[in-house]
Amino acid sequence: MDIARLKQDYERWRARAQEHARDRDGEFNSISDRPIQSLYTPLDVQDIDYLRDLGFPGEFPFTRGVHYNMYRGRLWTMRQFSGYGTPKETNQRYHYLLDHGQTGLSVAFDFPTLMGYDSDSPRSFGEVGKCGVAVDSLRDMEILFDGIPLDRISTSMTINGPAAVLFAFYVAAAEKQGVNPRDLRGTLQNDILKEYVAQHAWCFPPEPALRLIVDLMEYCSEHVPQWNPISISGYHIREAGSTAGQELAFTLADGFEYVRRGIARGMDVDEFAPRLSFFWDCHQDFFEEIAKMRAARRIWAREMRDTFGAKDPRSWLVRFHTQTAGCSLTAQQPENNIVRTAFEALAAVLGGTQSLHTNAMDETLGLPTEKAAKTALRTQQIIAHELGVTNTVDPLGGSYYMEALTNDLEREALETFKKIEAQGGVVPCIESGWFQSEIARASRKFQDEVDSGKRVIVGVNQFVEEGETLEIPVLYIDESASKTQESGLLRLRAERRAADADAALANLKRAATTTENLVPYLIRCAHAYCTEGEIIGTLRGVFGEYHEPAYSF
Amino acid sequence: MERKIRVLVGKPGLDGHDRGAKVVAASLRDAGMEVIYSGLHQTPEALVNMAVQEDVDVVALSILSGAHMPLFGRIVELLHAKGVDDVLITGGGIIPEVDMQKLAGQGVGKLFGPGTPTAEIVTYIQEWFRASPRSQVESGL
Repeated sequence: MDIARLKQDYERWRARAQEHARDRDGEFNSISDRPIQSLYTPLDVQDIDYLRDLGFPGEFPFTRGVHYNMYRGRLWTMRQFSGYGTPKETNQRYHYLLDHGQTGLSVAFDFPTLMGYDSDSPRSFGEVGKCGVAVDSLRDMEILFDGIPLDRISTSMTINGPAAVLFAFYVAAAEKQGVNPRDLRGTLQNDILKEYVAQHAWCFPPEPALRLIVDLMEYCSEHVPQWNPISISGYHIREAGSTAGQELAFTLADGFEYVRRGIARGMDVDEFAPRLSFFWDCHQDFFEEIAKMRAARRIWAREMRDTFGAKDPRSWLVRFHTQTAGCSLTAQQPENNIVRTAFEALAAVLGGTQSLHTNAMDETLGLPTEKAAKTALRTQQIIAHELGVTNTVDPLGGSYYMEALTNDLEREALETFKKIEAQGGVVPCIESGWFQSEIARASRKFQDEVDSGKRVIVGVNQFVEEGETLEIPVLYIDESASKTQESGLLRLRAERRAADADAALANLKRAATTTENLVPYLIRCAHAYCTEGEIIGTLRGVFGEYHEPAYSF
Repeated sequence: MERKIRVLVGKPGLDGHDRGAKVVAASLRDAGMEVIYSGLHQTPEALVNMAVQEDVDVVALSILSGAHMPLFGRIVELLHAKGVDDVLITGGGIIPEVDMQKLAGQGVGKLFGPGTPTAEIVTYIQEWFRASPRSQVESGL
């Protein structure tokens, strides 16, 4: 192509277009405030070398996807995040979802479980079973997966601070089902760095928390080889208000930190890197989100191969789960959320996701009802089977706009990595509140744009229905889960062999003061029916607690 | 001149969602109010102590975990036990309409759901304050 001639003709066209066509008022920026041109041409992608920057799917640098044939080989896993009330109630919901064609499970825990408190702790007041299921011990884990063979299903668990403890419960539950841990498939979120940055469910200060994560990486690579011990998550960073570019950069930076820690432990990078997985938010700016996922694959592949020296191609892969953006849903005219979610889900599929959660329309009002959850699942099935988007790999690859955006996001991420490095790395940036402050500023800016009407949200600041009354049912979670869990704990403590539980905790405490891998000790605590609160409490005694630094917003 | 309205923006319970609390705190501050942000993971007891020590006019609680009924209930109870009955207790989060009505019956003010313009919250607090006897007295601090 004659670039000089193209450039000349582009300038001619632009002058003419400006003369004859006037843009509407307002700015044409992405949802993350990225300025977007009215047209993209080969001029915007002239520095792209196809083989170097895009390549073929399933091959370096994986921009176009991690598998040779993507969804022609296997569809993404439809994995709806779910959990509420008691383990028994959630077990029923799991059976319902599996009966309706869901292909993987994803456990939502309540806040006490996420922060390492038992249901009967005073700190758990009011929170038991509210925005997830309460799991206090191995006994609850056994009930949660009752009738679900753990060697035949893959399970994702959104748990971070106490991830190693819940993993121990899961492994112990599998063993009680007669399942060999080598046959377990699933993912622990176990990404503590983004907890300090955005989601705020932590148990310990960063250093001991990172040690537990590396313990899990090490243990899984040896004993539970099909398990993903971490899902490095951008989702919560985005939901806390970041831009797409911040989500991409902060998350990959967290990922590189885990890689450094694994190497520092003495592991070969290819021992653990193939099992690292990712989790993205899929927000509403359709093309920018797809570009984010494509850029993530390219950046990770290059850094892993060229900076960290990974030789196993599986270590270069960004395999990821996606969830549609909860923060894009509105309480007003909630049915509109079905439409928002469908577009976001489509973007995730075009971005090449390996598994997907679609939000239910009623999630700004409460936890999803069965019917709303079913519509969310059906949305994925429609994309998979009716739209034709699974017929070819990376259908947007080669679009001038898509490739320019992908480059732009990559550039932004590389600049952000430099800023993080200049401040000493990820942990110092957490301790100074830099990430938190950057995100809070971005979220404030977005809110200001919504409040001023500059950014239109249908049903919220335009097309508002005055005096709108809510016509959809809402799932109501009462206080009964708390009582059931409390009496369950009383029974558990009375029935278990106290000497075994005490010994398991004492051994854990001793090991925590050494550099031994703690996972085997945690599994022994699980089998002895120690509770989560007892186990985390024991570790807090050694590791200390964490308090968020003050920062401006 | 009217004195500044003093507001405690509180995050009770274990809920870590603080995007809304921080956006609202910044908006109230920019509207000229004196804002104290509690930080995350506060017990009802700790929040009530803060409210009393800081002599606030408004306690604004953010709860997205579904624990709003017991947490609001406990905070109202503790404030009354300390003889504080002239402050506005308001807030927001993922709170079903039926719960908003129940809490109103317990003396809690208006609660705001997702998508509320921050200006609406600012106006609500300013109007409450103007009509409140608290606007006639200097804050103790």
